Amino acid sequence: MDDTRPGRREEALALLDALEREAPLPGPPRIGLTGAPGAGKSTLLDALVRQLRGRGETVGVVAVDPSSRRTGGALLGDRVRVRSGASDPGVFFRSMAARDRLGGLADATFASLTVLAAVFDRVFVETVGVGQSESDVADLVDTLVFVAQPGAGDLLQFMKAGILEWPDVVAVNKADVGALAHRTARELEAGLGLAERPAGEWRPPVLLVSARDGTGVAELAAALDAHATELRRSGELAPRRRRAREAFVLEGLERRYGSFGLAELGGRDAVAARVHDARGASAFGLLLQLSAEIEDRLRKPA
Amino acid sequence: MSERDRPWVFRTYSGHSSAAASNELYRSNLAKGQTGLSVAFDLPTQTGYDSDHPLARGEVGKVGVPICHLDDLSALFEGIPLDRMNTSMTINATAAWLLALYVAAAERQGVDPKLLQGTTQNDIVKEYLSRGTYVFPPEPSMRLISDMVAYTVDAIPRWNPINVCSYHLQEAGATPVQEIAYAMATALAVLDAVRARGDVPGEKIPSVVSRISFFLNAGIRFVEETCKCRAMTELWDELTRERYGVEDPKARLFRYGVQVNSLGLTEAQPENNVIRIVLEALGVTLSRRARCRALQLPAWNEALGLPRKWDQQWSLRIQQILAYETDLLATGDLFDGSPVVAAKVAELKQGAREELERVLEMGGAVAAVENAYMKQRLVESHTRRLRAIESGELQVVGVNCFQESEPSPLVAQGDQAILKVDESAEREQIERLQAFRARRNAGEARAALVNLRDVVANGGNAMPPSIRAAHAGVTTGEWTDALRALFGEYRAPTGVVARRGEPVSAATEAVRERVRAATARLGRPLKILVGKPGLDGHSNGAEQIAVRARDVGMEVVYDGIRLTPAEIVQSARDEGVHVIGLSILSGSHGVLVIDVLERLRKEGLGHVPVVVGGIIPEDDAAKLRAAGVQRVFTPKDFDLARIMDEIVDLVVGAAAAA
Repeated sequence: MDDTRPGRREEALALLDALEREAPLPGPPRIGLTGAPGAGKSTLLDALVRQLRGRGETVGVVAVDPSSRRTGGALLGDRVRVRSGASDPGVFFRSMAARDRLGGLADATFASLTVLAAVFDRVFVETVGVGQSESDVADLVDTLVFVAQPGAGDLLQFMKAGILEWPDVVAVNKADVGALAHRTARELEAGLGLAERPAGEWRPPVLLVSARDGTGVAELAAALDAHATELRRSGELAPRRRRAREAFVLEGLERRYGSFGLAELGGRDAVAARVHDARGASAFGLLLQLSAEIEDRLRKPA
Repeated sequence: MSERDRPWVFRTYSGHSSAAASNELYRSNLAKGQTGLSVAFDLPTQTGYDSDHPLARGEVGKVGVPICHLDDLSALFEGIPLDRMNTSMTINATAAWLLALYVAAAERQGVDPKLLQGTTQNDIVKEYLSRGTYVFPPEPSMRLISDMVAYTVDAIPRWNPINVCSYHLQEAGATPVQEIAYAMATALAVLDAVRARGDVPGEKIPSVVSRISFFLNAGIRFVEETCKCRAMTELWDELTRERYGVEDPKARLFRYGVQVNSLGLTEAQPENNVIRIVLEALGVTLSRRARCRALQLPAWNEALGLPRKWDQQWSLRIQQILAYETDLLATGDLFDGSPVVAAKVAELKQGAREELERVLEMGGAVAAVENAYMKQRLVESHTRRLRAIESGELQVVGVNCFQESEPSPLVAQGDQAILKVDESAEREQIERLQAFRARRNAGEARAALVNLRDVVANGGNAMPPSIRAAHAGVTTGEWTDALRALFGEYRAPTGVVARRGEPVSAATEAVRERVRAATARLGRPLKILVGKPGLDGHSNGAEQIAVRARDVGMEVVYDGIRLTPAEIVQSARDEGVHVIGLSILSGSHGVLVIDVLERLRKEGLGHVPVVVGGIIPEDDAAKLRAAGVQRVFTPKDFDLARIMDEIVDLVVGAAAAA
């Protein structure tokens, strides 16, 4: 999925196109897990995977780590902490470097999620949150979990980074430290309360969890289920999936052809509208088709 | 001639194959004038697995003696009266269990445990930081340690229940300041934990303080090492008075043993190691006021493999010549009044106090393990050290300078210059274990395990039920499993972080260009899997490979320690890596690497090149290459940029062949 050699990319997109067109909708829940470095995302994910495996679900995970801008190198260390699937065929774990894409998400994350969704009962994408990337992950998944760690003064940082606008579930990890975790949870609840939400809309629950002693992990799994149910009930799932498609196609085109290329098709909004209207087509098929259109226009003399 | 000081205790860190073989080695070492014992346990014993556990495969009797039950431990000390022996046991996660077995073995010999003298290493913090044989999470591990402290202070008053190790911090790259600070932080964490218990009365605290001993490293910068020992002596005296109000100066004495540095021993021109060992021994014995209480010297050939009896004898003779022939023990302190030494000591103390303060502010040593602070600092220091060797800024004779050498007669016979553990040792140990299980009273063993669980779960001291379990025939694996069920298992942070790389050498820059070029050919960045199969937790080498691979632009899946071959192969498949790097220092490379290769082939991944690094004798390296390993790197391959270059060659070659 992440091979950029000429030809390979088109092959992959064709496969994904077939996969997306033939997979039954809506498919398994797609869940994002984000938070600051050191918040304990991986260990929490490990506990969560264990919990879900206990219920008999199979789980696919894509973990995204930042790359060095200068060397392109990356250390993908999450596997060390997500051990529950280490020799369990019911768990697939792939780590990826964010490479050159802004926002901290791996180029091939959306594609990988699509492949995993065809195979596993539930798929996760785990990524380091540095403020901006939250909106990127939020675009990709049905449910976004923000993992916070106990610490005074965090709230202001969270708000500054605009993080509180995105999560559907908030997990305060390391609840075993006690009072500090409770205070952080209260602050986050207050902060989320400030964000405007229409009446009747899903209010992100703030859960105290501990990957270390297992506190709240079952509750977290239950909150994920509750949010999935809510998305189906409210009819919000379909627009979320559409947004993910739009974001994927737009970014794919922009990265390759720049805003100049997008302008050939009438600009961002026009492209977004075309993706929106092409309900039957897969995002990958659309990316292929629109790429071809742009190349076609670029070749033609004006 | 004036009265001579009593010499320190002479020890040699040893043990291998089986209790009987190690017993024979101990007795012959004692007959040659060794005055204490230092027991090396094999990795299954250190990590709480019986010899027949799947994870123990290939590791039984390799880096030490396998001890599964009381009969093993009794056989280990057969004919050695425990009331007159001073025994140091390098055991950590399972220390409470090995001490329980030692007490039970003494009782079997008819020896009152009150007379036992010795040390259990029992420093779990450095296991998380460097050595890797931890089992339980930090909190219950600290609780077991404080159980042992609380128990021994009355029941085995001459025992040192913990030997706080700065040794492994230095091996992991610590600067002297870090070594001092982190060791002190660990000791304070233990004392704080003991003080927080309800069952050790305040008036006992000075006795507890006086039983905390330290285990130091002696590196080649022996002048600085002398100053380090003096700085630690002064600092411990100050800290124990300030923090715990210990008034008796004798209780504040800094008591320490030493294992002379093994990290600096070279595979190239290995005979030079004898000179290094002598100088390093001077560093910890020269200053009378800060002299070690016990000394273990490595053998000249440790970078090649396991030392033979003669190699150990040679090292023992160094100690004996130093203590008995020279006038070292007949003179007062050589450095009192030296302004140079005083200034250096003050500088080290000041730096250590500042770093200690930082750790204490984070919540102490345990918190600084969990947030990976100390580990990250160590990995950084180690990276700098290796860069300095590569660049030649740090000179290592025979390695990065003065490499030309006449053929050494000491290694003329190749692998005869090291000890090979008999391949039948593992099978025989498993047979003995299974026979033991068959003949013990199963009901008693079961009842003792239930009792252990109940006592520990209810917050009671783990020692008495462990001693009962030892007598009842419980095994090492069973004892540890009972506590695993209560405490859970732990994986420590690796310290390998996505930190911004430091400026790199031209050679590294050149490799980075090659990685970039390879990326275009491969269609995605070169992805490497780095991990350690087996139970060996010495992760310093693997971490440095991971960091450098990242610095040359590779995507590095760092899988850490204690992996089974099945896990490595699943990871290689899921992650789609281009090359696999395995690191093994325990001598179990034969079994484990070949298992990985076979599983790769079965998964259709036979085309993924595998490279191996570690202490691997040439005969074994040849076998590994014949089995399909593409490259074998040993300690003489100090140039990491060159290793990376070879890895790029392999990946590009494999891609061209595909």
